Amino acid sequence: MSYIYLIPIATESLFWLEPLTAGILRAFGIPAKCAPCSIDISPAFDPLRQQYNSSYLLGTLLAQPLANTGKVLGIAEVDLFIPILTFVFGEAQLDGPGAIVSMHRLNNTFYGMPENNALLTQRIVKESIHELGHTFGLLHCSSPGCVLNSSTYVEDIDQKSDAFCRQCQKQLHAM
Amino acid sequence: MKPSDIGILIVDDEASVRDALSKWFKFDGYRVDAAEDATVALQKLQDNLWDIVLLDIKMPGMDGIELQRRIKQIDKSIITIIITAFASVDTSIQALKEGAFDYVVKPVDPDDMSHLIKTACEHRRLIYENMQLRQQIEEISFPEEIVGESPALKKVMDKVATVAQTDSTVMIRGESGTGKELIARAIHSNSNRRYFPIITINCGAYTEGLLESELFGHEKGAFTGALYRRRGKLEMADKGTIFLDEIGNIGHKMQMDLLRVIETREFTRLGGDNLITVDFRIICATNRDLEKAVREGSFREDLYYRLNVFSITLPPLRERKSDIALIARFFIKKYAQSMNKNVTDLSPETMEVLTRYEWPGNVRELRNVIERAIVVVRGSVIEAGDLSFPFPAAAKTTEENSLEEVEKCHIKKILDRTGGNIAQAANILKISRLTLYNKIEKYRLKK
Repeated sequence: MSYIYLIPIATESLFWLEPLTAGILRAFGIPAKCAPCSIDISPAFDPLRQQYNSSYLLGTLLAQPLANTGKVLGIAEVDLFIPILTFVFGEAQLDGPGAIVSMHRLNNTFYGMPENNALLTQRIVKESIHELGHTFGLLHCSSPGCVLNSSTYVEDIDQKSDAFCRQCQKQLHAM
Repeated sequence: MKPSDIGILIVDDEASVRDALSKWFKFDGYRVDAAEDATVALQKLQDNLWDIVLLDIKMPGMDGIELQRRIKQIDKSIITIIITAFASVDTSIQALKEGAFDYVVKPVDPDDMSHLIKTACEHRRLIYENMQLRQQIEEISFPEEIVGESPALKKVMDKVATVAQTDSTVMIRGESGTGKELIARAIHSNSNRRYFPIITINCGAYTEGLLESELFGHEKGAFTGALYRRRGKLEMADKGTIFLDEIGNIGHKMQMDLLRVIETREFTRLGGDNLITVDFRIICATNRDLEKAVREGSFREDLYYRLNVFSITLPPLRERKSDIALIARFFIKKYAQSMNKNVTDLSPETMEVLTRYEWPGNVRELRNVIERAIVVVRGSVIEAGDLSFPFPAAAKTTEENSLEEVEKCHIKKILDRTGGNIAQAANILKISRLTLYNKIEKYRLKK
């Protein structure tokens, strides 16, 4: 039986784990389970940007033996970037085995607002399903409510649901 | 345009930038490729069609600015977006001046990048749409009703081609119905002004006051009934062409006003103070003898010279009889289609009648005759009996016809009238039946 392995990266608190596992099962029909690994994030740190290189961390995740048995999703608490962009909420390999999500900018505290773990969990679930969708070969969707709708602001993530639209669902089943 | 219809080429010497951008755009469904330097980029531009090129300004070898120049030489409509590592105002301004759509400073906010690409795609779509619409306009504006292969018409069309490329004022002369407006449209649609309107005004159809208002427009309250501000035809023709039909019929005051506008390209609306500057080309037409009008003093000499820069005279249809068959068949096709009738041709006799007729109303009259014939015709071929002429006198033979032709035509007409009754026909013609038989034999006329 294949799994989607959830790998917490540099994070202690796992309050989001259960809702995320349930969300992934609902979206993909594949069980997810937490697979703690020790990942050294320090080489990914860019002192000038004070952020972590998302592609480097994704590469480290893919080097884990688990990546050979199922899909892996890293959940990082640190702020991620790719060289051309100021930040990313997450990164995935299109039709590949791995993805990574940062909860840094999903957290209300980043925007100077009071902590809201329930909202943060919803955002982590949506962003994780979004990035995992890419690993199943799905592209961004123009349907506003679809979880695969592209989000560049955290408000965009709040606007969409945690489910695939009918069209994306159809494509997912076809793959 | 779907994202998959858009091709994005990324040119950057940094592999991490190329990979990150490629991935980012692929997730949005765009067709993406990347090149590490200008040489590879130019090769890819030769091999494939690209809509948007994102290019780094600083690259080993050819830099982004030079690459952009090369890209614009290949295809001006390709959208180029400059990527720069630091906000260098000078370089960015240079890039924009040389046709870059925009520039971005690394790192870019994801939302800015997303918007930039969406705007670039929209811009590209509009360029495509614009090109398609221009094509459609060209197709629509092509004056297909100018039909004929006679030397006289060819000479006219040569003149049209010559003058269309210039901005000179054109005077089109010709009898009523010769197609003066079609020629004006042909000049316009072959000129650089073709993407702007051609505005037609029949100067003979208005009183002087109305013509003034039509041409120059008016302000609200300029005269009784002027409830709103209205743009005049001259204003509407800005960047395009104004076609002044029946120019010989305008009054003295209008001639003076028109002369001033032609000289200054400026005017004010009736009741207004604002000076309006317009850029238009004038084509005018008349069937009047303007030289005579000038001699008689009813047409200003200075205006005459202003308008009569390049003159095209359209031959009357009777002077290009070889075109009658072509024009008649053109109208048969047109009206048979619009009336949903299976009419395909003219009988040889009909053709002869058409050729013999003098066509005082020119092509317009021929069009009407064919249209009427299509209404009444029962078979697929128009017979002589299906024709009816508004000016039958013109169908009479002229001094150009030989005696034999006149005789043949007359006998045929009488035979038609008597329904082929030889005795009656011979009686009318005041010849013996034997003579009539001989004539029928000679001219191969049906009994």
